[in-house]
Amino acid sequence: MTKEEILAQGGSKVNARPRLMLDATMHYCPGCSHGVVHKLVAEVIEELGMENSAIGVAPVGCAVFAYNYVDIDWIEAAHGRAPAVATAAARLNPDAMVFTYQGDGDLAAIGTCETIHACNRGENITIIFINNGIYGMTGGQMAPTTLEGMKTSTTPYGRRVDLNGYPLNITNLVKELDGVCYVTRQSVHTPAAVRKAKAAIRQAFINTREKRGTSFVEIVSTCNSGWKMSPEKANKWMEENMFPKYVPGEIKNTVKND
Amino acid sequence: MKQQINDDVKLMKGNEAVAHAAIRYGVDGYFGYPITPQSEVLETLEELKPWETTGMVVLQSESEVAAINMVYGGGATGKAVMTSSSSPGVSLMMEGISYIAAGRIPTLIINVMRGGPGLGTIQPSQSDYFQATKGGGHGDYRLIVLAPASVQDMADFVGLGFDLAFKYRTPAMILSDGIIGQMMEKVVLPEARPRRTDEEIAAQCPWAVTGKRGRKNRNVMTTLELESKMMEENNRQLQAVYDEIEKNEVRYEQYMTDDAEYLFVAFGCMSRICKKSIEQARARGIKVGLLRPITLWPFPTKAIADLAPKMKGILVAEMNAGQMIEDVRLAVEGAVPVRHFGRNGGIVPNPGEVVDSLIKQFNIHD
Amino acid sequence: MAKAIGTVDIDTNRCKGCDLCVVACPTNVLALREQEVNDRGYHFAYALNPADCVGCGSCALVCPDACIEVYRLMPKN
Repeated sequence: MTKEEILAQGGSKVNARPRLMLDATMHYCPGCSHGVVHKLVAEVIEELGMENSAIGVAPVGCAVFAYNYVDIDWIEAAHGRAPAVATAAARLNPDAMVFTYQGDGDLAAIGTCETIHACNRGENITIIFINNGIYGMTGGQMAPTTLEGMKTSTTPYGRRVDLNGYPLNITNLVKELDGVCYVTRQSVHTPAAVRKAKAAIRQAFINTREKRGTSFVEIVSTCNSGWKMSPEKANKWMEENMFPKYVPGEIKNTVKND
Repeated sequence: MKQQINDDVKLMKGNEAVAHAAIRYGVDGYFGYPITPQSEVLETLEELKPWETTGMVVLQSESEVAAINMVYGGGATGKAVMTSSSSPGVSLMMEGISYIAAGRIPTLIINVMRGGPGLGTIQPSQSDYFQATKGGGHGDYRLIVLAPASVQDMADFVGLGFDLAFKYRTPAMILSDGIIGQMMEKVVLPEARPRRTDEEIAAQCPWAVTGKRGRKNRNVMTTLELESKMMEENNRQLQAVYDEIEKNEVRYEQYMTDDAEYLFVAFGCMSRICKKSIEQARARGIKVGLLRPITLWPFPTKAIADLAPKMKGILVAEMNAGQMIEDVRLAVEGAVPVRHFGRNGGIVPNPGEVVDSLIKQFNIHD
Repeated sequence: MAKAIGTVDIDTNRCKGCDLCVVACPTNVLALREQEVNDRGYHFAYALNPADCVGCGSCALVCPDACIEVYRLMPKN
């Protein structure tokens, strides 16, 4: 059946390109998790009627151009400083729904200080954290979250903890901070996971609107270019290798689900 | 006869005057990190609790890096946002200041200078002149730099700095020092006025990132432009703004230059010391005047160039190893000898030292 | 029991041929065009077995480029 026939017989469009996704073709590599998360951000903002109050803070890293894809107001921050930028934007504009969108290098290496302190102050912001264990934009170097033994362009023989230290589970650190009301770790590699990730982003944005403190949503993601795998194989590798270290699921929730 | 007491005249430190002036100007946000000798700005604001009166946001950040990026983020929403720090802290802010300049975000940054390099000393200095006036961070940008010489200037330059910042959509800096920040003087605080409403901000700053609020076009604050032609065009626009500022906003003070045979050029606290030096020199028959740049950028190049041919020599007096002297020499273009007097490391010279240096360097026989 | 009838509408030129929709489809409707590329040089996704589509939307959910729209007609009973 064609879509016209389905609609004529009383059927409906069940999946549409989100209205708030701009027309620009995303610069991400084929199969990149960023695209799915961008889509969820756009859908949730639209569904919660936040397009006039949302302010996104984009990072430095692959998602630096996030502002080109979702039709809301954006501020592009210096590397690692998105939580500081968001802090001021939120405090000075209490009616705005301010969120940051950051990768693992931005959030957990150069920006660890801003991340921890914004969370500890309980800033009324959402932090969306894309953890793919690698620096994508600069060409696949080691990230703080790179797994032990994982090969990157700066750990060509695999990450050695005696040389490079241990993979940083920053989400578990953030959980301990009293200013944080909601911490969850999700992924977007299967249809079911995408649905759960969307519910998590929705919960976080509602928390921010209701001024409940900081919400922190980690999305364990793939970087198939950096990992040098096909998107399908990267998803499998993530399940087998990333999930044991970065276990998906709700980590902290001090508020009832909305 | 009973003495008239003017209630408007207060006695306070320069740093405290900044805090009072900021609240009265209607500043929306202050973000800063403690560092000597400027911590009284944050302390005074916390004591005055402006969030209960004007609604001004005050936040002690986790670092100067965070503070300047809060200024970037808050300023990007069109609010009047400021920070203050001292030399090492301002060095930490340089990346953020470059972003603020590139994003053309009207903000105010205050540097209450201390001696360097490195951790240096907490004593006053003027050794961040290069950093303030030549850019400091990466890329081709300028800051409007105001150099206060009194507690009154500290109070007045908060408003002036913001007025200029918003007029030209560019960051401004008050380049003060440990003397001006710490000393107590009488000051008349500016009249209090309300903070701008969101509607007024939207009208004044159509670029402000506030959430779309029904706007048809979204606002994006970014300093990234990978297209070289566009990036060059961005630079051209910045330079055009700087040209306008240089044309319109040069400020300086001339003191006893009419009959002067020698000229001091000095800014900030050093200009005050030089006024006493002039008194001492004139008592010995040496006719000296002073040109005090109030805006260090834009620099009073023409004023100095015009005065230079009337002088036998120019002595640039600074609490550093010789920084502003480079701009004076560029202005003078070799017309007369230009020499430097400088102390650093936190030493505050006395007026007599400056006179002795003038006499020695220009071989004056009195 | 009658099953739902679905169809996919793929924005071919937006597709980057990542194959994730093909993997996600429970009824093996989708495939990549092996002999053909889009404007940007990618082997784009298409409905190889359109009659098997049940309109579950899995392909659209995992699509990183938001280039798949799905239509569904539920069974009458």
